[in-house]
Amino acid sequence: MNLAYRDIKHNLLRFVLTNFGLSLLLGIVVMITGVYGGLIDDALRQARAAGADLWVVEAGTNGPFAESSRISGDTRELVSRVYGIERAGSVTYQNMQIEIGGRPLRMYLVGFEPGRPGGPRQLVAGREILRSHYEIIVDRSTGLSLGQEVGLGARGHKFTVVGLTRDAVTSSGDAVGYITLRDAQQLQFELAPPASRREKARGAQGEANDQINAVIAKVSPNVRADEVAAALSRWKHLTALTQEQQETLLSKYVIERARKQQGLIMVLLVIVSAVIIALIIYTLTMDKVRSIATLKFVGAPDRTIVGMIVQQALSMGIFGYFTGLALVLIFKPYFPRRLVLDLESVSIVFAITIVVCLLASTLGIRLALKVDPAEALASSG
Amino acid sequence: MDRQPVVRVEHLSKHFGQGTARVDALVDIDMEVYPGQVVGLMGPSGSGKTTLLHCIACILEPSGGRITLDGDVVYDGRWLKADLRRLRLEKIGFIFQYPNLLPFLDGSDNVAIAMQLMGMSAAASRTRAIELLDYLEVGHRKHATPRQLSGGEAQRVAIARALANRPRIILADEPTAPLDSVRARIVMDLLRRIAVEQSAAVIVVTHDEMILDRFDHIFRLRDGRLVLEPAAAATAAPAAVI
Repeated sequence: MNLAYRDIKHNLLRFVLTNFGLSLLLGIVVMITGVYGGLIDDALRQARAAGADLWVVEAGTNGPFAESSRISGDTRELVSRVYGIERAGSVTYQNMQIEIGGRPLRMYLVGFEPGRPGGPRQLVAGREILRSHYEIIVDRSTGLSLGQEVGLGARGHKFTVVGLTRDAVTSSGDAVGYITLRDAQQLQFELAPPASRREKARGAQGEANDQINAVIAKVSPNVRADEVAAALSRWKHLTALTQEQQETLLSKYVIERARKQQGLIMVLLVIVSAVIIALIIYTLTMDKVRSIATLKFVGAPDRTIVGMIVQQALSMGIFGYFTGLALVLIFKPYFPRRLVLDLESVSIVFAITIVVCLLASTLGIRLALKVDPAEALASSG
Repeated sequence: MDRQPVVRVEHLSKHFGQGTARVDALVDIDMEVYPGQVVGLMGPSGSGKTTLLHCIACILEPSGGRITLDGDVVYDGRWLKADLRRLRLEKIGFIFQYPNLLPFLDGSDNVAIAMQLMGMSAAASRTRAIELLDYLEVGHRKHATPRQLSGGEAQRVAIARALANRPRIILADEPTAPLDSVRARIVMDLLRRIAVEQSAAVIVVTHDEMILDRFDHIFRLRDGRLVLEPAAAATAAPAAVI
């Protein structure tokens, strides 16, 4: 006879209501796990989207994401000629904030050379950029639709949305947009007309500036990327980072504080959950003191009573966890930032929940083991 | 009647506190209860009758003396059995003043749990539980939870639980207190019937003067000391065996 099940069945409404509250708490733990996973995934996705083996950046920098990097536009030609380089492409990166329908929209614009590495990986709608100017591919999280025009830059050049990507966002959650390198350079260096006139009056040369942030290179399959990186680094004005190094920079250093903050929140939530579960189990055990005394009186061994409490604690944990997980999955699309819940992280949170339930049940078990069988008599008046 | 007592208490004493705060709850108690006997433990409040019942039920450790239950010496200056709960499960059936049924089990499961704790299978224990409930004329309430049972019904379910493992000793702590006089007599007749049918010793703590005629013997306690009195009457028991 499963006493835990019978007790839950007897107080089903109380169990469901108590556990619904617990499931909200565990749901928040799952959600923070998703936010944490999303933060790392977004950061890595940003680097992985380029499909690079090597990142050639300004000498002595960890660019282009961790630090700013500026190199001349002809670097790509130089890199392409190095032994082992299969393909290379110039890229620029810049943040931009525009207004769409009166609402601000932050975008991370990637300038790339169509047909070369650095462009969007996969489109979910529309087509690649085919024209040299004023076409843009954006992430669908921007809310922009195919054919829509958006004004970019100091002079408000109208770009037409020709393609849509999915889940292309930066570590800060901004949607990524792809335009041609030429457009990106123009947007980066062109000034608003009054500022441009003033610069010309000062005798400054034209606004054209063939600067890029990095060269992305694909290495031949039979050549080791770190060997090519070492060869490239011999040029004193360049630094070459492997994709692995770039990912480490992004996941470990660029988002380090955010990662630690969320990790701390998660730890605190787990502690709060443990305290709440312990208190619930303690209260449920308090309610059963008379029954426990009676069970002991009639001869139930401690393992029967401990089993009842542990099973109830585990039931609470399992019910709360899966309800919380279901709630998070239901409401996941409405979160402002991406939640990434992979099987591993979800399993880890589940294992932590089970351990927390087992630890939390010790408080109830202690109480139950202390119950004197004579209390069954005392309570009988 | 067997010559061997089922319950034998020799020179039993129990005191609480030390020094000037010492209270002697039981002093040099000797009693024997034989199979088939129903005896009453009576006395004013604080006379030590509940303490004596607790000592016999192995839930309160005496301060001295000797207790023999069903031929086994269980206490002789110290507990001689390591697992007193198992001992209670096997040898003692306890009927509380209030039924003390487990609220999350229905009538038949409240009875079956005692047998399952002894290792009986779920099916067998449930079958016997229903037989016991039928025997106590409360079988029709086997699916009712304790909250749905009347006082008398709940008390009969509690008696069924106490009888579940065919104990040789049945201890009852004021089992008729919550019942009216008619039901009180029914319960006492039932205990007598069980005592005879199972060759069990039944010890009943009571204040109820209306049921004195249901006891074979009455042990009166005063200030922790025992006075044996003859029973007012002995009643015949039915022959059915459960």
